[in-house]
Amino acid sequence: MTAANSRDLVVAAILLLLAACLPWIGSTYAIAIGVTIAMYTVLATSWALFSGPTHYISLATAAFFGLGTYTTAIGIEYLPYWTLPPIAGVLGAVLAVLVGLATLRLSGVYFVIFTLGLAELVRQIITWIQNFSGQRGLYVLTDITEPHIYWQLVGLAALVYFGGWLIGRSRLGFALLIIGNDEEVARHSGIHTARAKLLLFMVPGAVAAITGAMLAPRYIYIEPSLAFTPMLSFQVVIMALLGGTGRLWGPLVGVIPFTFLWEAISVSFPNQTTLLLGVCFLIIVYLLPKGFVGLLMKIRQLGSGAEVRA
Amino acid sequence: MAAETVLSLRGATRRFGGLVAVSDMSFDVAEHQVMGLIGPNGSGKSTTLNLISGALQPNAGTISLNGASIGGLSPQVINRKGLARTFQLVRLLPSLTVLENVKAGAVFGYRRRWGDEADQHALRILEKVGLYKQAQSMTGQLTYIDAKRVELARALAGDPRILLLDEWLAGLNPTELEEGIRLVRTLREEGRTIVLVEHVMDAVRSLCDNCVVMAAGAKIAEGKPEQVLSDREVIRAYLGDDDA
Amino acid sequence: MDILITGLLLGGTYALIAMGLNLQYGMSRIMNLANGEMLVIGGFAAFWLWTSGLVSPFLTIFLVAPVAFVLNWLIYIVILRPLVRRARSRGQLEVDSILTTFGLSFVAVGIMIATFGGDYFSYSYLARPVVILGENYALNRLSAFIGAALIAGALYLWLNHSRPGLAIRAIAVSPDSSRLVGIDVPRLAAISFALGGAVTAVGGGLISMFLTLDASTGVLFTLKALIIVIMGGVGDIRGTIVAALLLGILETFVATVIDPGLTLAAAYLLFVSILLLRPQGLFGRSPS
Repeated sequence: MTAANSRDLVVAAILLLLAACLPWIGSTYAIAIGVTIAMYTVLATSWALFSGPTHYISLATAAFFGLGTYTTAIGIEYLPYWTLPPIAGVLGAVLAVLVGLATLRLSGVYFVIFTLGLAELVRQIITWIQNFSGQRGLYVLTDITEPHIYWQLVGLAALVYFGGWLIGRSRLGFALLIIGNDEEVARHSGIHTARAKLLLFMVPGAVAAITGAMLAPRYIYIEPSLAFTPMLSFQVVIMALLGGTGRLWGPLVGVIPFTFLWEAISVSFPNQTTLLLGVCFLIIVYLLPKGFVGLLMKIRQLGSGAEVRA
Repeated sequence: MAAETVLSLRGATRRFGGLVAVSDMSFDVAEHQVMGLIGPNGSGKSTTLNLISGALQPNAGTISLNGASIGGLSPQVINRKGLARTFQLVRLLPSLTVLENVKAGAVFGYRRRWGDEADQHALRILEKVGLYKQAQSMTGQLTYIDAKRVELARALAGDPRILLLDEWLAGLNPTELEEGIRLVRTLREEGRTIVLVEHVMDAVRSLCDNCVVMAAGAKIAEGKPEQVLSDREVIRAYLGDDDA
Repeated sequence: MDILITGLLLGGTYALIAMGLNLQYGMSRIMNLANGEMLVIGGFAAFWLWTSGLVSPFLTIFLVAPVAFVLNWLIYIVILRPLVRRARSRGQLEVDSILTTFGLSFVAVGIMIATFGGDYFSYSYLARPVVILGENYALNRLSAFIGAALIAGALYLWLNHSRPGLAIRAIAVSPDSSRLVGIDVPRLAAISFALGGAVTAVGGGLISMFLTLDASTGVLFTLKALIIVIMGGVGDIRGTIVAALLLGILETFVATVIDPGLTLAAAYLLFVSILLLRPQGLFGRSPS
């Protein structure tokens, strides 16, 4: 068991190192796609860390992400860039705790509605504040290039995977597995369910905020409707579920094909992206309830079953 | 009584709207004692158990565990203070193996273990309830009594000071019932403190040191099983006025 | 005073929309996140029939209601009932239905954008002022309110004083026990879902008389309706009405006094305070 675990770690480290080589061999376009994929991988994996075991569907990604971009946009005036992603992470975790305190004791529907409205709430408030100061948006002018952003995101991905691996082996991970099965039993087995969920919800909150902070230099000009686009939350949910939340690497399997599909559709049928999202949701529920991971497991099971019979 | 009192209820009351489900319940459970909570359907036995385990909050009265008040605390806090329970309708964790189900109790219960120690402990408990060989099975493949054993093992795995069994013997066929009674008897012989809600009177007679009889939410009798079960009022509560 | 009446007028239409959602959630236990799109469809029908044939929205709703009823009935039978059947737990059904209805909502938006484009649509109907208590109000707002009040009133009476109404309220309280007393829960759940959709679509037809809609505004109305239902309490018609009127007044107040861009933020803060202070709804008893 421990041997398999350390082998997984080595494999993951090699794959991440290989991924980090992309800027030296890829074209500008490849790097741009690479940044997008790395960004969604980080977001979807951290999302699945929380929503996979707890079954709470969080649509707060855009809110955390926007918080992060604004941390960079405002902070870059006063502080060196490298301090900003960690600050964004702390702010994201704090916001996650506040949201969690209000909703995580209640049923999943409340949580969905709450997180769905969160990005819109923050967006309206920032727009309103900006109306006073008279600016529409903020400039983020740095000498940070696409490869820099890409490496930062790959580094963050390594952190997320390592963190997820640690959580999976910890009491917290075991507690969440039990909560996902039966919250009542969890409570009666001595698990502080609310506290466990709150702790874990800080992970996607902090990670999405850090991601936002890292991507701000890419956008150059930050305005509320760009930073807090609700579409981002839905895309992350779809990619994570499409890949499957049962394994740590599951979301990645959803991110890669979905990113290419999304790119292709937005280029040829820019008005049909919403329809695509809708269809993906329905496919997940009716055809791929456990995502590609679940499908792979099933195929492997059938395969081994056939071998035994033959 | 020389033994220390583990659990004590004083005037515990629970209302649902206008209905008083449990009214002014008072009783004590001493260490190493097996207490039976009996009464006709709807008399408030399960509600009483839910008040003790923290699934429901009492409207009035006090409940204390080892001398400290636990009334109104949440189930997880009460569990950590040394009280574990099984459920009337068996609740297992379907995506986990039998061993992991039991480990859940060992990792987060009254006595908390982790890593190999938790695995070893869970295996010991599984051996005790007779499920050692099924440790790696999924819970979906278990028979009814085995599912109940897993749940019992999960409750035991945290080494609780007191164990609540909510109709743990209900729904078993005659052979399974014999096995079930034997299992609870071994727990009793180990000196565990148990409160059991039960309908199977043979089990109550052979397992319990003491009984509390409930009817319509209130305690109507308390004492040794044979003594209580011949009480006129108890017979009337069970069978109605005509037969008394 | 001005704010109060404008707010009440707006809240009246909200009440109708939220009643539709509440019917659906209370009976079928499916939180329909595509509810707002049904509203936009109703609004679009009113817009299209008025601009192309000068058909009054008040006539259109009689056409919209049966069409939306059948459409929602089909959605329930074909798409949602299989989920109800396969769900092993309440939690699984919740997750499945959230994802499915989001999917339906996006599909509906996508189809509307593809067929009609993403433009705003608004039309001018009864855009005359009327004077109430010395102040001017738009006649279309007033008549939409009266229409909504009539329908909501009829629905309230039907739920409280008819046999099917009683059965529906019984299901809202406890689906399992209702089955035991001989109520055909699956059939009534489908009918309630259809009825809820029809009510929301009619609400959309009415609200389009004075609000500008576009293909993607549905989600805003879903959010508002959800906030109202949770504030008012699931299955509680009276609570829904009070909550809707409160929300209408609050939004109008914020829009006039502070900033029109903050209406949703205000609704959302109201929702948060309700969640923190009275999670069982305004009139709900604490959960046992």
